[in-house]
Amino acid sequence: MPKSHSETLIEIRHLSKSFGNHEVLKDIHFHVDRGEVVCIIGSSGSGKSTLLRCLNLLERPDGGEIIYEGKNILDAKMNVTAYRAKLGMVFQQFNLFNNLNVLDNCVVGQVQVLKRPKNQAVQTAEKYLSTVGMNQFMQARPSQLSGGQKQRVAIARGLSMEPDALLFDEPTSALDPEMVGEVLKIMKQLAESGLTMLVVTHEMQFAREVADRVVFMDDGIILEEGTPQEIFNQPKHERTRNFLKRMLNQE
Amino acid sequence: MESMSFFDWVLKLINEYWPMFLRGAENTLFIALIGTVIGFAIGILLGVIRTIPVDPSDNWLKKGILKLANILINVYVEVFRGTPMMVQAMVIYYGSPMVVGIKLNNIAAGVFIVSINTGAYMAEIVRGGIISIDKGQFEAAHAIGMSHWQTMRCIILPQVVRNILPATGNEFVINIKDTSVLAVISVSELFFQTKSVAGNNFKYFEAFTIACVMYLIMTFTVTRILRVMERKLDGPQNYDMMQSHTPDVKEVKNRA
Ligand SMILES: Nc1ncnc2c1ncn2[C@@H]1O[C@H](COP(=O)(O)OP(=O)(O)OP(=O)(O)O)[C@@H](O)[C@H]1O
Ligand SMILES: [Mg+2]
Repeated sequence: MPKSHSETLIEIRHLSKSFGNHEVLKDIHFHVDRGEVVCIIGSSGSGKSTLLRCLNLLERPDGGEIIYEGKNILDAKMNVTAYRAKLGMVFQQFNLFNNLNVLDNCVVGQVQVLKRPKNQAVQTAEKYLSTVGMNQFMQARPSQLSGGQKQRVAIARGLSMEPDALLFDEPTSALDPEMVGEVLKIMKQLAESGLTMLVVTHEMQFAREVADRVVFMDDGIILEEGTPQEIFNQPKHERTRNFLKRMLNQE
Repeated sequence: MESMSFFDWVLKLINEYWPMFLRGAENTLFIALIGTVIGFAIGILLGVIRTIPVDPSDNWLKKGILKLANILINVYVEVFRGTPMMVQAMVIYYGSPMVVGIKLNNIAAGVFIVSINTGAYMAEIVRGGIISIDKGQFEAAHAIGMSHWQTMRCIILPQVVRNILPATGNEFVINIKDTSVLAVISVSELFFQTKSVAGNNFKYFEAFTIACVMYLIMTFTVTRILRVMERKLDGPQNYDMMQSHTPDVKEVKNRA
């Protein structure tokens, strides 16, 4: 299902990030178009999470630019919280708010950040909770849910903010194998609905089926990117081939 | 008279002096309760100030103020944790007219001393409580665009308060017992009242046995009430399933 994307949502230029003297991201160039699904793959420690976390400023990049709506978000004067509200994030460890029930997890950001009236926020939350099939559990607390259910609520929490894009950092890596499917299925449906998604994943099958573009990261750089077809069937680089061989053997 | 036993004396003291004992217990509870509540508020405030994140890009004024605040808070905590409350009571009660020109009434002085003392302990407890919250809770809140204060108010502090409730209850129980040191500044709490009853009758064992039982009743009751509060805050053990309607992904706005 090739889609045509033209409008760039976010563009990253010359992005760099070090922890101490360990250079984790090296002069990264990258962009995401509206409606596009980008999967980021690569071996452990290659900087995938750091890239995602720099994108919504959970980590402060050391240098470079993040261009969103024509402005560089890294300018000191930019309103960081307003920008973050435009990008949802789904974490490997779910990170649901432990003091709030399922419904309030999806309501609190709308009321506090978007200043939506409470009843409208509840309606929105209910809509997205049914999208992920969790509307029956609105009164449950996070500790009462399974991992797969938690992750579905975390996705609904992100959607409830009606962001421009949703970022996923290995959303299924902390799940028991029998729960991986239910989360991937919802992510696939979201991708088909036209949501802009940026997914760090080790699920090669998912990347192959769902991504419009696959990005292979290696040791702090984007070594290679292209359509799933290009990356999985005709990888240009030796390191990409080795990585894919390792991953596909595991599956 | 000679034939009166221990129990006869206990009953006689209760019979004749119950208003004094009761008055003492009231003051003890009042000072301990208000002192714990104010101390809790001080602890939350200082704990929050001490955990304000500093970004390297912040301006020097913010950094300077935070640094100064942290030093002052550390001094406060060290001084009040490192000296006996009895000595603090003497210094504050006799010092306040000389230093700030205010003569506190005894009960007010008692509440003041217990509050700042509890505040010093609670500041540490709250800071520990905030630090021990999983980093993911902050990150998830920041990721949906919440500010530091919104994150604190809506997500972090409710969890901290729940987690430190047992420690707070513990402080309350300690305060019920430790108000007895306020007798040195003639606060008419339970220990002080008991001492006068005992002295008037030369019946120390009997009078203080009564006080002992009264302290025990107070601390035991408070402990039970706090248990119930903890369970209330944890919410129901079960949840109700809502009426289901079919999930419909098409509802997700097409944002392409
Ligand atoms: N807060 C931090 N402090 C110091 N080093 C860090 C920090 N976060 C990440 N790193 C280091 O940066 C490198 C890249 O980490 P990152 O988490 O981005 O990798 P990743 O590609 O997401 O790996 P994985 O597949 O294991 O999640 C790693 O070597 C890691 O040890
Ligand atoms: Mg990672």
